[in-house]
Amino acid sequence: MTTKSVTRRGVLKSGAVAGTGLALPTIFTASSAAAYTNEPTGGSVTLGFNVPQTGPYAEEGNDELLAQQLAVEHLNGEGDGGCLNTFTSKALKGNGILGKKVEFVTGDTQTKSDAARASAKSMIEKDGAIMINGGSSSGVAVAVQGLCQEAGVIFMAGLTHANDTTGKDKKANGFRHFFNAYMSGAALAPVLAAEMGKERRAYHLTADYNWGWTQEESIVASTEALGWETVNTVKTPLASTDFSSYITPVLNSGADVLVLNHYGGNMVNSLTNAIQFGLLDKVANGKDFKIVVPLYSELMAAGAGENIKGVLGSMNWNWQLQDEGTKAFVKSFGEKYGKPPSNSAQTCYAQVLLYADACERAGTFNPCGVVEALEDFEFDGLGNGPTWYRGADHQCFKDVLVVRGNENPTNAYDTLEIVEITPRAQVEYDPEHPMFSGGSLGECNPGA
Amino acid sequence: MDAILLQILNGLDKGSAYALIALGLTLIFGTLGVVNFAHGALFMIGAFCAVTLQKLMNLSFVTIDETQTDFLGNPLKVETPYIEGWFGPETGATIIDWSVPLAVLFAIPIMLAVGYVMERGLIKHFYKRPHADQILVTFGLAIVLQEIVKYFFGANPIQTPPPDALSGSIDLGIMVGFDANAIIYPIWRLVYFGFAVAIIGAVFSFLQFTTFGMVVRAGMADRETVGLLGINIDRRFTIMFGIAAAVAGLAGVMYGPLNPPNYHMGMDFLVLSFVVVVVGGMGSLPGAVLAGFLLGILESFASTTWATTTIPGINQIIIYLVAIIVLLTRPRGLMGRKGVMEE
Repeated sequence: MTTKSVTRRGVLKSGAVAGTGLALPTIFTASSAAAYTNEPTGGSVTLGFNVPQTGPYAEEGNDELLAQQLAVEHLNGEGDGGCLNTFTSKALKGNGILGKKVEFVTGDTQTKSDAARASAKSMIEKDGAIMINGGSSSGVAVAVQGLCQEAGVIFMAGLTHANDTTGKDKKANGFRHFFNAYMSGAALAPVLAAEMGKERRAYHLTADYNWGWTQEESIVASTEALGWETVNTVKTPLASTDFSSYITPVLNSGADVLVLNHYGGNMVNSLTNAIQFGLLDKVANGKDFKIVVPLYSELMAAGAGENIKGVLGSMNWNWQLQDEGTKAFVKSFGEKYGKPPSNSAQTCYAQVLLYADACERAGTFNPCGVVEALEDFEFDGLGNGPTWYRGADHQCFKDVLVVRGNENPTNAYDTLEIVEITPRAQVEYDPEHPMFSGGSLGECNPGA
Repeated sequence: MDAILLQILNGLDKGSAYALIALGLTLIFGTLGVVNFAHGALFMIGAFCAVTLQKLMNLSFVTIDETQTDFLGNPLKVETPYIEGWFGPETGATIIDWSVPLAVLFAIPIMLAVGYVMERGLIKHFYKRPHADQILVTFGLAIVLQEIVKYFFGANPIQTPPPDALSGSIDLGIMVGFDANAIIYPIWRLVYFGFAVAIIGAVFSFLQFTTFGMVVRAGMADRETVGLLGINIDRRFTIMFGIAAAVAGLAGVMYGPLNPPNYHMGMDFLVLSFVVVVVGGMGSLPGAVLAGFLLGILESFASTTWATTTIPGINQIIIYLVAIIVLLTRPRGLMGRKGVMEE
């Protein structure tokens, strides 16, 4: 009878051998099997839709999700095809992407940067999402864009309007279809001059976070270039619910225009409060007092109700446009869901098609191939006319809309009227413009 | 001077909401000893009573207008409220226009019932549990309630405008000897302040001048002795919970025209209202009202341009700063009673 004694040295040796053996296949897999993060190997490819499903922008997130589901249907050859029929690039055939059926997973950003990163990370690591699309906040967009750059997947930002997303925080793996604060200012200024004149005194109330600051900077610059004077710029806490104490100082400030650099619930409440205090009935400096809301959305307009009547603002897109791409998308979305799409829905829908089209044209899902295909890509047929994805900063350029709260809406969706379609050339800027400088795209990261 | 008066008015207006919510919170704490984190949700449910009544009044029948088209190019469906069909267009429109004041009557039985069910169904099981358990369960309840409201009404704010006769603003300045247009103030904000004063007065009168109120006050002072006298104090406290819920609900109904209701509005007020209760003194009803108005006025002044340029960020911290100073100098709050929340 023999006995074997277990020694510490023996355990360590055995452990080292076993560990090396277990690790080897992983090392080989990582280095040789996948050329990039989440390379699809089966008959399907998974997209990750990261939108606010809870929190203050849940309605907007829901609209984005509906549009993205519609895009997946169209990519897979279901439904009426929507904008696949009007898109000038004919690479998409309605048979998925590169012959693979498109599937999707969803995440809830909660409009919080940390929650948005966590949901995007989960979709990339656990669900194998090869791209992340959507969202309704610049803070979220910048946070998720950074994550996608590190992870080696493509990020198509949703509703993000801060200059920084494609300015100092731009990343090679990220693209923005939505317009930005600078473009709002450039589009609004000529209309403001035509409607209100060049001798105005503006008072700004600004949401105290990154987006508010960049919008204020952009609008101040564009209105001062007109000859307007900026009387005051006041930052309001994002958590504010009642703006009466910020509105009353406007009354006797000598200003004759109030600019509300607010979005969502902030905008609905500040505009409601401004109307309550009779600002639009007031005459200051011998002129009728005016209110401007530089960034509008249909959902905000619905929340603000009658208070938006006559108030000017800007939008990325609106369902009332008459180009073929818009008509095809509105018909498809409207027949499926019984309501016209919002501009955040259109943004997310277009981005899914653009990503898929870029994969087809590149012949690969490799993020670096997709980046190359999207950079300086020019197209039409997805809404807003001829559109350009600038390679230098991954910002999309297309016509920008100046809109006004409809004085006589005929139905629940008719809250805004298009005042002017500002040509793309008028809102373009140099990539090194001071409002956008300070960052670098860096190199595309395929991950893996 | 006119700017100061405007900020005082703004402060009284903010303070009205704080005071009404804090009054209910203190009533519940003083009677049942429960720290109710679902109280903000009751404020929100009140506001949604107004939304619900407005939607009910706007229930419509549909006719097709062949001369107009909808966004898909189909003949336009024109909706006409039944109420306009029954009472005629003008009378019907007037009734709809007054939906918020009418919602006060609509909300009272609903809020009393919500309060009763909440207390009997859940909170009574936590009377003998630590305050931390009470906070956790009521906070959880608040989240459940707001998610239910979001499910039915969505996340977007919904306008509940005041009646036309009470919308717009009036020139208060002329009435008190200032120049024209010096103090323009929205009528509904004055209505809200008046309403808050009336409700606060009614609650105090109820507690001070009725037998029921006298028993409740006795129970708040010494629950055991009142019980030994053969009085069912628990039942009275349950009714007080319903009344506190109704006060919060009515505050919510009337607040809707100031800022459109959304499912999250209760949470926006919850923390501030707790600070108000603590500053006023736990369990002190006059303290809650005093602190509500005081902190409302301070918050308004802290939001002026002068204050924010002198001390950047003061508007965001003023209430908490005052709370720290009050608690350091008067640990029981402005009008706190000895022995409340003290071992």
